[in-house]
Amino acid sequence: MNTAAAVPLESAHAGAARRHFAKALGREWRIASWPVRMSVICLALFYFLALASPFVAPYDPALQSRQLPDCPPMRLHLSPPSEWSNGLFYTYAMRMGDPVERKFTIDRSQKIYVHLFDRGHLFTTDPSTPWFMMGSDALGRDLFSRIVYGSRVSMSIGLVGVLISFSLGISVGALSGYVGGAVDNLIMRWSEIEMSLPSFYFLLALAAVIPPGLSSAQTFFMIVAIMSFISWAGFARIIRGMVSSVRSRPYVEAARALGAPMRRILLRHIIPSVLGYAIVAATLSVPGFILGESALSLLGLGIQEPAASWGNLLAQAEDVQNLMRYPWILIPGVFIFLAVMSFNFLGDHLRDRLDPARSM
Amino acid sequence: MGRFLIKRLLNMIPLIIGVTFLSFLVMSLVPGDYMSSLKLNPSISPQVIHQLEAEFGLDQPLPVRYLKWLWAALHLDFGISLAYRVSVVHLIGARALNTVILAASSMLFSWILAIPIGIVVAVKQDSIWDRVLSFLAFLGMSLPNFFLAFLMMYLALRTGWFPIGGTVSIDYASLDPWSKVLDRGYHLILPVIVLGSAGMASLMRLMRSQILELKNSDFVRTARAKGLSERVVIYKHVLRNALNPFVTLAGYGLADLLGGAALVEAVMNLQGLGLLLLDAVRSLDIYLVMGSVLMGTVLLLFGNLLADIALVAVDPRVDFSSGGSE
Repeated sequence: MNTAAAVPLESAHAGAARRHFAKALGREWRIASWPVRMSVICLALFYFLALASPFVAPYDPALQSRQLPDCPPMRLHLSPPSEWSNGLFYTYAMRMGDPVERKFTIDRSQKIYVHLFDRGHLFTTDPSTPWFMMGSDALGRDLFSRIVYGSRVSMSIGLVGVLISFSLGISVGALSGYVGGAVDNLIMRWSEIEMSLPSFYFLLALAAVIPPGLSSAQTFFMIVAIMSFISWAGFARIIRGMVSSVRSRPYVEAARALGAPMRRILLRHIIPSVLGYAIVAATLSVPGFILGESALSLLGLGIQEPAASWGNLLAQAEDVQNLMRYPWILIPGVFIFLAVMSFNFLGDHLRDRLDPARSM
Repeated sequence: MGRFLIKRLLNMIPLIIGVTFLSFLVMSLVPGDYMSSLKLNPSISPQVIHQLEAEFGLDQPLPVRYLKWLWAALHLDFGISLAYRVSVVHLIGARALNTVILAASSMLFSWILAIPIGIVVAVKQDSIWDRVLSFLAFLGMSLPNFFLAFLMMYLALRTGWFPIGGTVSIDYASLDPWSKVLDRGYHLILPVIVLGSAGMASLMRLMRSQILELKNSDFVRTARAKGLSERVVIYKHVLRNALNPFVTLAGYGLADLLGGAALVEAVMNLQGLGLLLLDAVRSLDIYLVMGSVLMGTVLLLFGNLLADIALVAVDPRVDFSSGGSE
């Protein structure tokens, strides 16, 4: 009887909480400036790319069109209404004139129709006559499809890395600041060693540890582990400083006087008080992970071909000849830039909202 | 001041030892070593490989190797590069100089531009200039170094106005000293723009927020009440105080600068420490990696030390001689 009454009540509660949450979100949206809104939209889009890669990407990232290597981006045209049954949009086929020079000419006699929501893709064409929205690479693979699949690496590495380094940083920092004494001393000396490392140099040295034969998922986790190992120390130091100033506040003293165990004091009283700062710092440190992975992959020490990441897609541009003749291979860099900028705008905004004392 | 310096220098010793031990440990975790690629080469006999292993001490256990390396390093002997077959010191010296030149000129570039722009933007707060420049600074902060480097390389390729990568021209050795300097400067333009712009953006934002914070403080109001001109108030009262966190940041920015330099060196093919380290990592040249990481650490620590000394010079309130550097 009792439980039967409680269930609808609870779900009503949940409904109210949901409505309240939605309202709060709406308020936050109205407060945010337009760059922040653009950033949120941009990130939502990128995470959608990552989650729904097979749907968004028009082709398989490994599909090679050998007759179209290093093909420039193809222009899209709107079909005249009489041809709408074939497809709303079309592009002209490309023909390679000279295989050495890789000069392409537009073949106006052959129209390639782009079909929307076809064969489980958002848009696609017949794989034998591909539409290279952003050009193709040296093996004739569609750059856009590879960027879409590459977003999986770049968009998740920040979240996983921040999760690891921040849970490590918060727990070690809070412990160190609360316990003090020899433990504190030891942890802080160790973090000083880590912080006086030239981090990128050390990242390079550590990347050599990754054995060459690993799968791309394993490499991914190695990279995350390495970058978290480097970045947790700085964060732990700041949390430690905040905790050691909070620990003598009256409300913590009161909890201690009431006989609360250390675990409870840390989890319920101390960590929540530094959480606002932590969320801001977490958002602002995501770009570091994205950039770190991109840099490693760019240098050939991270995610390896044939798997795609935004960094290793750029590696093609390291050859001056490629850069000169096929400038569209720089497009993945634009995606990195947009992702990094969005996290920066978002973090900056969160700092104004959650941690006003530190806002610039 | 003297005691502070000695204390800081002594503090560096355990740090450097810790860093070297850590990097030695890491390099020993690497599957295979430089010899394993030689072993695959059928034209090299096993005797030669044994001889080489003994020569480089690769056949001994890790702690022994580390202690030996440390002992030699104390005598400024960082071992021999396995790949280049010359002493590591010899290789690193010239490369480190290139990196220091690059980092220092980038820093100079970003400071020279960031401080005046930051002042103007803060003084004319909320003007159109303020909005546009602050927004651009934000974009600049988010633009990855390596991407900007690619864009600059593309610019150089397209226009032909700048050299396409490299530290010096091919005929560098035959130039007279003055032309050598000019040649280096010419090659530095693009890398400095790439490396300096990121720092410039964040420094500009910092300058702006510092001045805005100080503009409403009591001592500024007093200065204005005395009837001082706006120029004197800004340049003599606000600016001196605003520079303080700048100097602190300069030391911390050095780590980013070194890391960024490594990437830019790789993209633009500059013969610096970062590119050397990258090559060493790729060929598992352990002593060269150790030497480069150590060199990077020393550069970083001394950069931080310089920043602390500069802080004492800029801000008389900072007194390190009584306490630590905390």
